[in-house]
Amino acid sequence: MNKNEWPLFEIFIRSKSGLSHKHVGSLHAADADMAIKNARDVYTRRNEGVSIWVVESKHITSSNPDNKDMLFDPAEDKIYRHPTFYDLPDEVKHM
Amino acid sequence: MKDTNKIRFLLQWADNSLILGHRLGEWCGHGPVLEQDIAMTNIALDLIGEARNVYQYAAELEGDGKDEDYYPYLRKERQFYNALLLEYKNTDFAYTIVRQFLYDTFHYYALLSMMDNSIDGRVKAIAAKSFKEVSYHLEFSSDWMKRLGDGTEESHSKMQEAMDHLWEYGHEFFMKSPTDEWAIEAGLIDDLDLIYKKASNIRKEVIKDATLKIPETPYFKSGGKNGIHTEQLGFILSEMQYMQRTYPGATW
Amino acid sequence: MAELKSLENRFQEKIDDEVKIEPRDWMPDAYRKTLIRQISQHAHSEVVGMLPEGNWITRAPSLKRKLALLAKIQDEAGHGLYLYSAAETLGVSRDEMIDQLHSGKAKYSSIFNYPTLTWADIGAIGWLVDGAAIMNQVPLCRCSYGPYARAMVRVCKEESFHQRQGYEILLTLCNGTEGQKEMAQDALNRWWWPSLMMFGPSDRDSTHSAQSMKWKIKRISNDDLRQRFVDMTVPQADVLGLTIPDPELKYNAETGHYDFGPIDWDEFWQVVKGYGPCNKERLEARNKAHEEGAWVREAAVAYHRKQKAKKNKSLVA
Repeated sequence: MNKNEWPLFEIFIRSKSGLSHKHVGSLHAADADMAIKNARDVYTRRNEGVSIWVVESKHITSSNPDNKDMLFDPAEDKIYRHPTFYDLPDEVKHM
Repeated sequence: MKDTNKIRFLLQWADNSLILGHRLGEWCGHGPVLEQDIAMTNIALDLIGEARNVYQYAAELEGDGKDEDYYPYLRKERQFYNALLLEYKNTDFAYTIVRQFLYDTFHYYALLSMMDNSIDGRVKAIAAKSFKEVSYHLEFSSDWMKRLGDGTEESHSKMQEAMDHLWEYGHEFFMKSPTDEWAIEAGLIDDLDLIYKKASNIRKEVIKDATLKIPETPYFKSGGKNGIHTEQLGFILSEMQYMQRTYPGATW
Repeated sequence: MAELKSLENRFQEKIDDEVKIEPRDWMPDAYRKTLIRQISQHAHSEVVGMLPEGNWITRAPSLKRKLALLAKIQDEAGHGLYLYSAAETLGVSRDEMIDQLHSGKAKYSSIFNYPTLTWADIGAIGWLVDGAAIMNQVPLCRCSYGPYARAMVRVCKEESFHQRQGYEILLTLCNGTEGQKEMAQDALNRWWWPSLMMFGPSDRDSTHSAQSMKWKIKRISNDDLRQRFVDMTVPQADVLGLTIPDPELKYNAETGHYDFGPIDWDEFWQVVKGYGPCNKERLEARNKAHEEGAWVREAAVAYHRKQKAKKNKSLVA
């Protein structure tokens, strides 16, 4: 690893009124502790009572989204770079 | 003029946060990594917000038509009462972190004291609001003290250099001015000696974890509380006050 | 070969059906490359954009304005982060993208190569530059690539405040002293045309447009966006009592749009090619920040390694 490069972390936030953690994006940090602090600064803008999870991207394995389509290899695989989440934009309500 | 002492105490408080917030604002767009740019801007926002709350209170007490902007934009060099440390040039990230840490250790316990024990309800409220934010500042600066102090050889030597230069500025907060004596007597804040003890403990602990040394310091710098500043303040004010001086009486 | 064709067909079907493409999905190389270029340049724009506005933090004329400006720039840094994050899902690293920016290989929005000369410029940037950016960004919320679309939704939410803040700055100036009004008019004079150029040359002259439209990376043409921007902004200028520096600007009752004068595309290309007022300074500033920050980033990595080693040691002991 390049001595300069900070690993990539995926960020999950549960808001005060939320029921579960949602994937909001990623950022670079030197370690998990810093990732949490950075996530607080970037993704919560000082909101109270949020819960933040951070996971190094390389530790996330995701399933193939197109299981029924025989053109794609359905086997589970290490992700290309990021997990795939069907994250709906905040605009979509009641779903 | 009534409340002269209280107002001066408030200005000591607000000027500290204003000047440091202003210095941190200079980092915007120039930080060592984008995530840290955001962190430092966050701190700047908190500090300037705190200063604003305190200036508003001071303006109300003076009651002669001044508003929150009067204090930052229309006072002269000798009327600012911030500690000298906060005027110090950003220089580099090491100096910036050491400066931050030295302020945070004082700031945290000063706010805690005012929040818990101040007989002035408004002071209590403002302190309580800022306390949460400053708890984060202290964590941030403590983390970075250790990270850089105990990082690489290069970061360690830069941090030690910053310590060697800034340590002598770090004691002014606890050196009691007549205003401080009055404020303690009046019950606005606890004795600065008590605050010093607590701050000093944290400082020693973090500095040790950071593998840094406290430099030999026969004399500590002071003067800010008397309005006697370093040469830096003049330049800070030239920039900060430029617009209001150039367009007197205008609304922004 | 047949498999590739059917992958391409399947891919285009998804796009036509408004199904989002996600990071693990198969995608044509050209789609991936185009997106990496577009998203990373968008990210670079946010980060470089912090500089012209950052200039005025220390000179903001009131505490309220100082706080608002700091918060706005902080948002922009955050936008840069969301966008770098979206780009990284396509297989490019942050470091690679930064290198491309610093070497001049990657571009950023040329509007940020203009100088902020007065306080009114900060108002003009919020009103016009952010206004133009919003015009561009809202359609991108429906972009075919999932992570980019979602990043844009977040960005758009925050951007509308920026435009309002900028406009309010100008409103205050226009309702103020003669000197303040002059400052506002002068800023408009200098930022109007560059803002129109933000939408890029006419699509006739752009090589990428057609394919980008087919892949729903681009949803509305440059010219259409530019026209919408003009139509929206002219009445706003009227409210301010300012004159847009275009003698040919005129409402066309037939079309229902404002006709406007010719854009000086020479100036546009000059700036894009690196000869604008502040190109060198912007890149130098970013390069400097990055180089001078290297020891910080290295220290953080070293510290983490040491801590990890200590932890492992104590576990084993």
